[in-house]
Amino acid sequence: MTAALSLGPVFFHWPPQCWRDFYFRLAEEAPIDAVYLGEVVCAKRIPFTAPEIEAVLSRLKRGGKRVFLSSLALIGNEREAALMRDLCAEVEATIEANDVGLLDLVAGRPHVLGPFLNIYNESTLSYFAAKGAVGACLPAELPGRSLARLAATAPIPLEVHAFGRLPLAISARCFHARAQRLHKDGCQFVCGRDQNGLVVNTLEGEPFLAVNGLQTLSYTCLNLLGEVKRLEAAGISGFRLLPLAVDMVAVARLFREVLDGVSGAEEASSRLEDLVPGIPFANGFLYGAAGRSRQSALPLELE
Amino acid sequence: MELVAPAGTPASLRAALAAGADTVYLGFRDETNARNFPGLNFSPAELEEGLRLAHREGRKVYVAVNTFPRAGDEAPWRRAVDKAASLGADAVILSDVGLLDYASRRHPELRLHLSVQAAASHLDAIRFYAEAFGVRRVVLPRVLTVEEIAALNRQVKVETEVFAFGGMCPMAEGRCSLSSYVTGHSPNINGVCSPASHVRYETRGDALVSLLGGSVINRFLPGEAAGYPTLCKGRFLASGEAGYLFEEPVSLNAAQILSQLKKAGVAALKIEGRQRGRAYVAEVVAAYRRLIDAVLSDGQAPRETVAQLDRLAEGQSETTGAYGRKWR
Repeated sequence: MTAALSLGPVFFHWPPQCWRDFYFRLAEEAPIDAVYLGEVVCAKRIPFTAPEIEAVLSRLKRGGKRVFLSSLALIGNEREAALMRDLCAEVEATIEANDVGLLDLVAGRPHVLGPFLNIYNESTLSYFAAKGAVGACLPAELPGRSLARLAATAPIPLEVHAFGRLPLAISARCFHARAQRLHKDGCQFVCGRDQNGLVVNTLEGEPFLAVNGLQTLSYTCLNLLGEVKRLEAAGISGFRLLPLAVDMVAVARLFREVLDGVSGAEEASSRLEDLVPGIPFANGFLYGAAGRSRQSALPLELE
Repeated sequence: MELVAPAGTPASLRAALAAGADTVYLGFRDETNARNFPGLNFSPAELEEGLRLAHREGRKVYVAVNTFPRAGDEAPWRRAVDKAASLGADAVILSDVGLLDYASRRHPELRLHLSVQAAASHLDAIRFYAEAFGVRRVVLPRVLTVEEIAALNRQVKVETEVFAFGGMCPMAEGRCSLSSYVTGHSPNINGVCSPASHVRYETRGDALVSLLGGSVINRFLPGEAAGYPTLCKGRFLASGEAGYLFEEPVSLNAAQILSQLKKAGVAALKIEGRQRGRAYVAEVVAAYRRLIDAVLSDGQAPRETVAQLDRLAEGQSETTGAYGRKWR
């Protein structure tokens, strides 16, 4: 069986209609096996997509996608904790837990371990797996050697990020608001202005990071087209594409083609460049190097 | 409220005890702790001696083993826990679930504290660590307001410890890969952030620029104090404006809100700075000793002590950070 492709949650504050239409198109056209849905970054945004979620869910299911509901990455207060308890009370849904506080709420029924849980080693993975998790998406900064070690003994299927702007940090402070001299409480939802995040440059004008509300993302775009086959051979069974406001259907097709051996990685990578204009590719974390670097010189250690 | 002081060296440990710390926290000289800097930290023999000194005076020593063990190579972290337990450490400060599980089963008598690196920021998370591993104290992440801390303390059975003074992360700790994105060295994996090995200073015209991994983190004009290029404390351009987008180079100082923290039910106050010299540790600890004693006896914080802490603050400016809602 070849590896599965999944679509991670939309991190950005897109207009609700765009958000809905994005999923409607994906449901029908993208060669994606699983979709992670839900607000991961900021609880203040939840009311915007809430009215659309039922329609999106049913369309995705009709399109044959497995759907998981992702939790917030940072639960900062009792109100947010209560929202997450409500999320876990959806008995029909399979939850992707991004905080250990959710694990007792979903224990005993299938759930997925999200990339914001710190799974760095076999002991932690088996501990969580024993509580009923049916899969795990590993943290973005893990080097290939750790991925392979984990895959070698993993009691549950493992997924890694393969495309998109990587989540690097989360805060109680809203940097999007701060960039506009606002506070989180009166943010005016300025994060909605930047559909792929607000690019942060150094004082010398070098593009450096991207901020998205409370979240800090990579400026570069992860591209593991060149590595997915080797990771699959090492036992990684799923690859996660993180949505950007680009043609994600076409992005998914390229990854599917490479996984299926229909296209070569290099050729697919150059086509991917056309789909993500102006954002350089990176794959450094996988090589144990700076995450923003693009490695071709270092050996990929998967032993 | 217990005063928990940092020690990067045996000299700092002695200085902290002499200055009135109730407890000293420290780490082993390797990647098992989150201040894995050259020339810092303790050998097992130094820990043994530190424990002897502290226990002689009825004080305590906590050992931080708070990075995340490497896949395929968890033994160094387990050995660090075993060593701390066998030498009689008063607690170990852990963040990894696998290591907490190991410690709670192998050393049921050992007191477990949850590191700030675990970022347990709400009731359900704290309850998980308490029930699963018998964690007795949680070091709260620096993302909560005093009101939120008070609300938590009304609900949880474990003790809470909060940061009172020193460097502060604007990000939820243990969930930040900024340093590894830029340098390849990670707080969670390597116990370092914005490591000195990747820092450079260069002159550009009149200005001095600080670089991390080859990228400009800040630029200082003549007369401006040049700071260390910690990634999230740099000046950047966003929406065409230059500024400290994430956080100013400020020091956390909770001196003004100690009585609020006490009312919020906080069990212990922590001073950040295992990488700091013993003179700094001695001065900050002595100042906080006076403040805590004054607050515990319901007196006023001595004004000269508050002024002294102002001087010690990094970059001469301070913040109460996330403890105030406006910080967000």
